[in-house]
Amino acid sequence: MIRLERRPEPSRAWTLATPFVAVALTMVAGGLMFAMLGKDPVEAIRTIFWDPLFGDFASYSRPQLLVKAGPLILIAIGLSLGFRAGIWNIGAEGQYILGAIFAAATGLAIYPAESWIVFPAMIVAGALGGILWAMIPALLKVRFGTNEVLVSLMLVYVAEALLASMSLGLLRNPEGMGFPGSRNLAQYPSAANLDLIPGTGMHWGVALALIAVIVGQVVMTRHQLGFRVRLAGQSPRAAVFGGVNPGWLIVVCMGISGGLAGLAGMFEVAGPAGRLSIDFNVGYGFTAIIVAFLGRLNPIGILLAGLLMALTYIGGELAQLQMNLPLAAIQMFQGMLLFFLLAIDLMTNFSFRFGRRATA
Amino acid sequence: MTFKTVLLGATAAAAFATGAMAQDDKTKVGFIYVGPVGDLGWSYQHDQGRQAIEAEYGDQVETVFVESVPEGPDAERVLTQMALQGAELIFATSFGFMESVMNTAQKFPEVKFEHATGYQRADNVSTYSARFYEGRAVQGLIAGEMTESNVIGYIGSYPIPEVIRGINAAYIQAKKVNPEVEFRVVWAYTWFDPAKEAEAAKALIDAGADVILQHTDSTAPQAAAQEAGDVITFGQASDMLDYAPKPRVSSIIDNWNQYYVDRVGAVIDGSWQSEDTWDGIDSGMVEIGEITDAVPEDVKQAALELKDKISAGEVHPFTGPINKQDGSAWLAEGETADDGTLLGMNFYVEGIKGDIPQ
Repeated sequence: MIRLERRPEPSRAWTLATPFVAVALTMVAGGLMFAMLGKDPVEAIRTIFWDPLFGDFASYSRPQLLVKAGPLILIAIGLSLGFRAGIWNIGAEGQYILGAIFAAATGLAIYPAESWIVFPAMIVAGALGGILWAMIPALLKVRFGTNEVLVSLMLVYVAEALLASMSLGLLRNPEGMGFPGSRNLAQYPSAANLDLIPGTGMHWGVALALIAVIVGQVVMTRHQLGFRVRLAGQSPRAAVFGGVNPGWLIVVCMGISGGLAGLAGMFEVAGPAGRLSIDFNVGYGFTAIIVAFLGRLNPIGILLAGLLMALTYIGGELAQLQMNLPLAAIQMFQGMLLFFLLAIDLMTNFSFRFGRRATA
Repeated sequence: MTFKTVLLGATAAAAFATGAMAQDDKTKVGFIYVGPVGDLGWSYQHDQGRQAIEAEYGDQVETVFVESVPEGPDAERVLTQMALQGAELIFATSFGFMESVMNTAQKFPEVKFEHATGYQRADNVSTYSARFYEGRAVQGLIAGEMTESNVIGYIGSYPIPEVIRGINAAYIQAKKVNPEVEFRVVWAYTWFDPAKEAEAAKALIDAGADVILQHTDSTAPQAAAQEAGDVITFGQASDMLDYAPKPRVSSIIDNWNQYYVDRVGAVIDGSWQSEDTWDGIDSGMVEIGEITDAVPEDVKQAALELKDKISAGEVHPFTGPINKQDGSAWLAEGETADDGTLLGMNFYVEGIKGDIPQ
């Protein structure tokens, strides 16, 4: 008989090993699935994990990894702070949209004047948009005790409606032949968020994501805010006795995660996407939740998880292209990764015991 | 930030263009789809075209595709990957891929691109579309005759000229055969989202519609109509024959097969040139799916007659007198709409209630 026994304290070895074991198990199970689809499993896994990094055209796909991972990491860092404190901001997608709308509106208001002030002004506006949108669930929770999960999630759909309205109305490109969508900000030099070094994919948003990882690590380990966050997450009552104001903590955590999501939206609309359109958001805000957990809510872990997630996206496209694998199989593969991670995670807090319980 | 201006130029000139092309004798043809190939609508029909290419040229060609590609930076990355991997001809099958196509085409001047429903062309970028509005006119006739509540529901995808043109074409014919008819338009802001489409269909049925027209790609509205009972629908992009004879009483089928086969042939024999194609019922690019027995024989005959006349060029779906929604004159008696106006159509014709979102 096999049973689970709670460990006296979480196992450090398993905490570190979990992601690697999960990736390994995903490769095995995914390989089986690919084989059942009649594809060479080794080639499929090599295409997904190896080719984007070291394949024939890696000089193109490596920078693309950063472009794809940048917003995921930036948003996930903000979310992880709240998640560790037990504050569940599920609406980063909406905050991301609002950041993009605020930033694009700012840029377009100044268009076509060229000035160094445009880009910084857009950054401020983007952060502000995200923070304001996050303040709605935050303040409602503090004041009326509403559930931030529901409110922040529902506000995503409001944000999407607002985005459609902006793309069709106020921010529509007057030279766009009547089609929805704003002007292309990437073609407006003062507003464009281009690669800092051409061809590297390293735009301001990616740079900021890396800075956020470092700052996040310092805050969580060295700063009082990190201490309060961890305390509130482990024991809310102890946190109150320890002088942590729960309302203050909610506002700060939601504000930081909303602000970072807004910034991600700003860098995306001014760079890779270039323009606001009805379909501007492609789910970074939701995928970032997965990235945050995949990265164990730890900044360094999130950095790696974001890159891994981006790898499965880009590698997945290559697998579709080179091996005619259906998209659904790629998505199953991504799902397996999360599934195994959560399953193996059990080993962090529990250990298997074989045989009968001694005291039974 | 003037240094960015420099970077703009430098990025454009980045070394991708020099990427080595995989050379073998097969002509590699790429497709990017906005929805899943299994949508049984828009993307499904384009994939039928891809299969027609394989059937026609066999070992001479190799086709690749990526499905459900979001419009935006992801599309540009997929297009670039395709070009890097040696695709000589790439079909981008959604309007929203336009900017990505133009950017990629600039980086790979030797690769040929075909962009569906767009309006920007270059030396290596062709555009193509079908005159779906011809089919919409036939649908409108059947819808106007069949409705008993006189309320026709219309699920719009995005308020772009192509979709508005379809609404107008259907309305004009419906109104001709049934002056009492009224159109209700719901905008779904998606090409493919079964949940949203089903919701829109249900809302329209609740509002009294007993005919649903759709410009979205899934069969969810058909399923919703079947569930509701006495509601009829039309297959969109694909035949959607699973829902025949009722609710689906007919369909507009996009048939890209011949066009795709021709264009690939042109690449193989070196005669490919940048062109703009806009074909309708006469060339077979727009087909009317079988009209089922749920439609009375006289209505069926009238619909087929209209189809034949459009095909023969005797009838243009937009023939005056037609006023715009605000009552201002658009087409005089006997005047037909020019392609330029149709391509940029951003107004409803007189009689349609509601506003185009803006």
